[in-house]
Amino acid sequence: MSFLIGQNMTGGYGGADILHGCTIGVEKGEIAVIVGPNGAGKSTAMKAVFGMLSIHKGEVLLEGEDITHLSPQDRVKAGMGFVPQTSNIFTSMSVEENLEMGAFIRKDDISETLNQVFDLFPILKEKRRQPAGQLSGGQRQQVAVGRALMTQPKVLMLDEPTAGVSPIVMDELFDRIIDVAKSGIAILMVEQNAKQALNIADKGYVLVQGANRYTDTGQALLEDPDVRRAFLGG
Amino acid sequence: MDFLNSITLLGNFIIVPGLVYGSQLALGALGVTLIYGILRFSNFAHGETMAVGSMVTILATWGLQSLGVSISPLPTALLALPIGIIAAILLCLTTDKIVYRFYRRQRAAPVTLLIASLGVMFFYSGLTRFVVGPGDINFFDGTRFIIRAREFKQMTGLDEGLAIKTTHGITIIITLIIVAALFYFLNRTKTGKSMRAYSDNRDLALLSGINPDRVVLIVWIITAILATIAGTLYGLDKSFKPFTFLQLLLPIFAAAIVGGIGNPLGAITGGFVIAFSEISITYAYRKFLTYNLPESWEPDGLVQLLSTDYKFAVSFVILVVVLLVRPTGIFRGQSV
Repeated sequence: MSFLIGQNMTGGYGGADILHGCTIGVEKGEIAVIVGPNGAGKSTAMKAVFGMLSIHKGEVLLEGEDITHLSPQDRVKAGMGFVPQTSNIFTSMSVEENLEMGAFIRKDDISETLNQVFDLFPILKEKRRQPAGQLSGGQRQQVAVGRALMTQPKVLMLDEPTAGVSPIVMDELFDRIIDVAKSGIAILMVEQNAKQALNIADKGYVLVQGANRYTDTGQALLEDPDVRRAFLGG
Repeated sequence: MDFLNSITLLGNFIIVPGLVYGSQLALGALGVTLIYGILRFSNFAHGETMAVGSMVTILATWGLQSLGVSISPLPTALLALPIGIIAAILLCLTTDKIVYRFYRRQRAAPVTLLIASLGVMFFYSGLTRFVVGPGDINFFDGTRFIIRAREFKQMTGLDEGLAIKTTHGITIIITLIIVAALFYFLNRTKTGKSMRAYSDNRDLALLSGINPDRVVLIVWIITAILATIAGTLYGLDKSFKPFTFLQLLLPIFAAAIVGGIGNPLGAITGGFVIAFSEISITYAYRKFLTYNLPESWEPDGLVQLLSTDYKFAVSFVILVVVLLVRPTGIFRGQSV
């Protein structure tokens, strides 16, 4: 049994089902990556795990506990962090305020977590007083990830964290994500840059039309000739 | 000497009234801008909220006066203000519960909420007229002036006087205190920051565990406080006439939009921009020019750009120009 698992999920945004018996799971300290063609339901699967859409079949378990019926807010309280793909920062607020808002539900002292985030992303410490909306794309993503880390989550979910950033920044972001995983947090992410993402993944899920097509370690998927031909461009 | 006289003249007829009227507009516009930023609709009932708040303040003032309570030289209304504020808060929260919450749950378009607020406006305005009638009420007591024109002339030896009324001083000081407190709240406290976060990115605020009901509750409380204070200060300064609050809606919205709607700093700036434009365009400059020009150039007319009857046209023109040229306003609020 995985640390976090969405089992056999079937559901959609209200109309036709997008997910058809999809299963996604991740272990503590590991990175799981969801890849697949456009419209495969990658983000939808992630949102289903986070409770942002209703699934009428299947269940979501965190540490063996059924959280299928919790709202996203309650899942944050249960120890899940989510970084949306777009609009994932408060643009008019300073970097530090963004991080403070990330920790809104915490009643204890957050300064230690704040320092940990600043250690992980030193550039944010330098720009802590700047409005987050004035930062570059890569820095904004760091703010977004930092904001989600402020609740000290056990699971961090990232929806295409490298969308729209340069290859160099992408590598840098992936390095930081590996650092986060090493600190014992389970990471589940959706990625367009399938090759690079599978490279750092402990586990990879290839989704097609809302269902699991291939599931294996990242390395094995990269080496699988079928996966290479169909999804990774040879 | 002529120059000093002319400056005093401007001080008396433009600068002091502009600062006072600007403060009143700024307080009103802050309420409008907060509602727009957080609840995402233009609250047309804001002017009438001011009316109801000041009406209750007036009733409380009369009550206090009949009990013989007085804080002379300050007006008794200041003591009655908290009662007006509490009434306005209760009114706003009740309205939200009965009217706005329904549309919020439906995720109604902003224009639907705007029309709903128009209905609320008519209800409030009827309520005010029902309770105290449509007439003019003067509820100012205490000392009238801080500096009288005659005293100023004696002190300085100038021909022109500068009169500062008690209400002028009170308006400016209270505005400073309220604005400082509001900015401290929004920028330094966790609750205030969570309100800015909610206004900035509602979905992310929900993801961060910010409770939307609490944010809505607090924004109505703040709005009611601002509206009651703005209305009472305006009523103390001029007099309380229920219909003026409908007229004030235009300059208040103009101020909020000119500054950048949703941006509190913009609302304050906008308030002063509108106030000074209105006053300086409708002022008759003949005397000022007479002081400064050679005798042969003395103007015959009043040198008044626009009659005071048309002062609302000034806000309207500024509003139209801003919407055409820079719809986000001076401080880049949300585009309307």
